[in-house]
Amino acid sequence: MSLTKTTPQSETPLAPRRRNALSKGRMPGWAVPAIAVAAVILGAALSTLGGFAVASFAIYAALLFVIGATVATTVIEGKRRGKNALALYLIYGAFILALIPLASVIYTVLDKGLPGLNMHFLTSSMNGVTGAVDNQSVAEGTPVVGGAYHALMGTLLITLWATIISVPVGMLTAIYLVEYSKGGPLAKAITFFVDVMTGIPSIVAGLFAAAFFGIILGPNARMGIVAAVALSVLMIPTVVRSTEEMLKIVPNELREASYALGVRRWRTILKVVIPTAISGIASGVTLAIARVIGETAPILVTAGIASNINLNVFANWMSTLPTFIYYQILTPTSPTNIDPSIQRAWAAALLLILMVMALNLIARLVASFFAPKKGR
Amino acid sequence: MSKRIDVKDLNVYYSKFLAVEGVNINIAAKSVTAFIGPSGCGKSTFLRTLNRMHEVIPGGRVEGEVLLDGDNLYEPGVDPVNVRSQIGMVFQRPNPFPTMSIRDNVLAGVKLNGKKISRSDADALVEGSLRGANLWNEVKDRLDKPGSGLSGGQQQRLCIARTIAVKPDVILMDEPCSALDPISTLAIEDLINELKNDYTVVIVTHNMQQAARVSDKTAFFNIAGTGKPGKLIEYNETATIFSNPAEKATEDYVSGRFG
Repeated sequence: MSLTKTTPQSETPLAPRRRNALSKGRMPGWAVPAIAVAAVILGAALSTLGGFAVASFAIYAALLFVIGATVATTVIEGKRRGKNALALYLIYGAFILALIPLASVIYTVLDKGLPGLNMHFLTSSMNGVTGAVDNQSVAEGTPVVGGAYHALMGTLLITLWATIISVPVGMLTAIYLVEYSKGGPLAKAITFFVDVMTGIPSIVAGLFAAAFFGIILGPNARMGIVAAVALSVLMIPTVVRSTEEMLKIVPNELREASYALGVRRWRTILKVVIPTAISGIASGVTLAIARVIGETAPILVTAGIASNINLNVFANWMSTLPTFIYYQILTPTSPTNIDPSIQRAWAAALLLILMVMALNLIARLVASFFAPKKGR
Repeated sequence: MSKRIDVKDLNVYYSKFLAVEGVNINIAAKSVTAFIGPSGCGKSTFLRTLNRMHEVIPGGRVEGEVLLDGDNLYEPGVDPVNVRSQIGMVFQRPNPFPTMSIRDNVLAGVKLNGKKISRSDADALVEGSLRGANLWNEVKDRLDKPGSGLSGGQQQRLCIARTIAVKPDVILMDEPCSALDPISTLAIEDLINELKNDYTVVIVTHNMQQAARVSDKTAFFNIAGTGKPGKLIEYNETATIFSNPAEKATEDYVSGRFG
């Protein structure tokens, strides 16, 4: 580590080089890398004792390094720095541990999804793609036919409608909670039920929407808007919560400044409070969208599954990317040649991840676009 | 343009807690009145009752009368929004709207209320208000830059410009210089002296030299102890308050022998 970098070397060439008295009792700069190399070698040796495996090698090496570096630091630099070193290495370890699944997911999805992600996949549906078509393409070695255009459009439309439903409801609820309620029983009840809603399993939200529309439109009322309602049940609590937090951190002084100019409360909220908080609200909404865009179960029970393009959320079944993936994996189009279906599923998974990433990027852009301007 | 304020037997409450008790005071038009007193004596609370900002705080309420040129602010049916557009307020900490440019901050009172204003009228109002706040020369080349980019003293003068722009009759200032350096303080004090020509100014200050420098009349508030209501102890010409006060408590406070 850079502990010894603080040693100021004497600048005058005449003075003899000597160790700074203030840096006595510090480990030399090569000590930690040396311990790391030793830990790696010893870890490799230890893990071969019981048959070499990458996992056991990594665990042994990490343990040896943490123990070795901590002990060395304690002995040379003292107890306090020893504890500091231990905490530092444990934090790095936790960080690496947390990164492993992420890196693994990204690698796997890229590895398996990239071959199937092409213009044909993005622009065609599964309409007319049967097991025979898949068998033929495998037998002749031609590219896989059929794509996820219908599912992509379904995801976009259903999520769009879910957002259109939940953002006004969620934002107005949050505005009521922060700006109008005075902590009365209604506000307490709303906060309680929003918390309860946060914990609703997504399949229950789907069943609710299916049952609700079933009462109104009769059984088998499956279409995009029903799915959008199910998703909005999941989205509203998130939107309420994030908007509430953002409105709460708007300084009260700004509201008072506006009131003191003779501005009415609703105009103050509309023109001062919300613009000040809009960047946080926008990113909260985007995160809520990212949360529901990957839902599978509520879509299956509300919008069904379709292989053709349906751009009307108010009639007929629809597919989304998660249900498309689920269906391709569970019931491959050709039971004898499942590879084309697997490839389509991974390509759709990659597409979904790209969409969520794009949403996050958009959230950041929106946030920085709306954020209070800096500069002189 | 400027109006007088008469307060009769005003009690100010936070829910059930009586914060200020029995204030009677007459503030002349086109004058500067300073409120002084120790922290917690209720002078800021009282100031906020003069434009009905006190009731913005949950539980805040008032008994008694505040007459603006004879019209009671607290009569049932009076719209507090209407009151506040006639009695402007400058706060302790400069609070320009962070989402708005300097120009939009000055026009905030007009624009936030959704009033239409022509481009030329807006330009004239911005220049007039900023000149009135002694800020025009410093910001005229960067009116479209955010108001939060100004220095603290400039921000406070921007807030004063914003208050002037709605053309109030009275301007209330709640310790406007407490967050500012001596040079910015001087700029604000000069400005208060000029504002006196057109407006009734009421200023709360902890700085007795400032009260002595800027005000025509001074009101001394005091509190008997924690949990007791604050009271108006003495109200007189500033020179009298500082040289020959009638009350012992006032003399102790202005001479620094308080407590």
